[in-house]
Amino acid sequence: MLWKNTYNEFIKILAKPRSYIGLAALTLLIVIILFAMKADGKMYISFVTASFEQTLSFNGNVLNGNLIAFIILQMLIVHIPLLVALVTGDLLSGEAAMGTLRMLLTKPISRTQVVLSKLIAAAVYTLILVLWMGFLALLVGRWVFGTGDLIVLNSDGLVILNYTDVLWRYGLAFLVAYLALMTISTLSLAFSAFADNSIGPIVSTMAVIILFTIIGSLDVSVFDTIKPWLFTTHMASWRSFFNDPVPWSAIYKSIWILLAHIILFVSVAIFKFQRKDITS
Amino acid sequence: MEHHPIIEVKGLQKYFGAFEAVKDVNFTVNKGDVFGFLGPNGAGKSTTMRCMLSLIKPNAGQIRLFGKDLQTERNTILARVGSIVEKPDFYKYLSAQKNLEIFARISGASVDKRSILATLDFVGLAGREKDKVGGFSHGMRQRLGIAQTLLHQPDLIVLDEPTTGLDPQGIIEVRDLILRLKNEQLKTVILSSHQLAEIELVANRMVIINRGQTVIEGTVADLMNAQQTLLNIEFSQESSAAAAQVIAQRFPGSEVQVVSPKTLQLQLEKQHIASLNSHLVNAGFEIVALEPKRKLEDFFIQMTQS
Repeated sequence: MLWKNTYNEFIKILAKPRSYIGLAALTLLIVIILFAMKADGKMYISFVTASFEQTLSFNGNVLNGNLIAFIILQMLIVHIPLLVALVTGDLLSGEAAMGTLRMLLTKPISRTQVVLSKLIAAAVYTLILVLWMGFLALLVGRWVFGTGDLIVLNSDGLVILNYTDVLWRYGLAFLVAYLALMTISTLSLAFSAFADNSIGPIVSTMAVIILFTIIGSLDVSVFDTIKPWLFTTHMASWRSFFNDPVPWSAIYKSIWILLAHIILFVSVAIFKFQRKDITS
Repeated sequence: MEHHPIIEVKGLQKYFGAFEAVKDVNFTVNKGDVFGFLGPNGAGKSTTMRCMLSLIKPNAGQIRLFGKDLQTERNTILARVGSIVEKPDFYKYLSAQKNLEIFARISGASVDKRSILATLDFVGLAGREKDKVGGFSHGMRQRLGIAQTLLHQPDLIVLDEPTTGLDPQGIIEVRDLILRLKNEQLKTVILSSHQLAEIELVANRMVIINRGQTVIEGTVADLMNAQQTLLNIEFSQESSAAAAQVIAQRFPGSEVQVVSPKTLQLQLEKQHIASLNSHLVNAGFEIVALEPKRKLEDFFIQMTQS
């Protein structure tokens, strides 16, 4: 019954116009960034390289597809949660608002199976968003700008990665970015179990992200104990793959914290949904 | 006839915070019944029906369907139930056929495309299977809702206000459909409706609940016959006052009331109506019309206001 309902969930997501908003918005944003970089990318890069030009000489194709992919990932990872929440926040509450949840739950399928089938559908949808972003950023970026060594500016300084040493980093970076987005998906799914309207869980998810991000960025000692445990702190851990050497222990810690949040949010969704009176 | 209970509801209670939606509802639906579930707005009908379908968890009481406890054997039970609660809602962005496929897939039975099309035909939606439900009228959605209840050939059909929004032709069709389900397919049907005349026409047993409690339960015939019938008698001449005296002598306590020179009303048990008619005719009164006014509506109002 779980897989039958998961199949149903895919049909619903595919047929819903809002499911394509995320993909369309992502495509548009990446095309705009690619266009902007093609038109004025050298100026953009010179801002970064200018401070190093007295000590370093930059030769070859600095503005290449690898750098473009990094810029795109850095710019969009902040906004994609909204595109994800737009679909996943609607999965349970949208059905409650439409009245179809009432129809669905009079069928011989357990409530846990309903939540899990929606979770699987949300996971696949989120994966498609990440893969699509990866395809546009990395493959189209490389096709338009060519390949080359990746120059990344981080808190420790400038990191230059050989072009043969980049692809695996992107693969793992997209995987961790996917985990971060799945945390958002499950958070909005958990909110969705509480609500009977579509917009509430989407707004609540974004509110939590903004709140946690602000707490994370405040340089106040009172928040120091909770900052390492906020999922928003670990949403940018994909960047760590572009350090040299890669800080594996920090990445593992981020993965565990994100996974713990996913399990927590799914458990909350199931716990609440099992006890929910369907009065809509 | 041996009674085989399909639904047994005992001591059902449900609170929403401090509000007692259902205090003490009890009734039994037997196999093959078309069971009328009546009550005024806010009586607890919808809450009781939702409890029966495990949409709402009761605070106390027991619900058994097909002899099984709903709490412990929910999925086994729901595989044998088709239902519409309140109103049928569908995925508006999907076609009628796709909607039915979605619900059929999780109905616990194997339903093929041919069965879906046949069911759509059965409810009068043949040729509309590819149309999106968003463009359907309320009546069409109601029909699609009924199709959804029948897809997996359930033994028990729960219909909450199935004729709401239907035109007179649609109401007649739903009534015929319910009777066909009972007579041809031997289904058990429980239906709530505000169309009390509809219940009277199709139900063999009924329960009336009010303020979250069972008021009365029994066969429609017994409950109706046990009550006095309000009769309206119209004469060809202005003889209602004289007729009133004759009736009062013959049927003391019949509460005769002269409405006009040619019309009177009285309360009388149903079994005495034929005797009254022949008595008046023998006494020389020309009767133009003798109309029993007591319908289920009167009975319902009497039960829920007492």
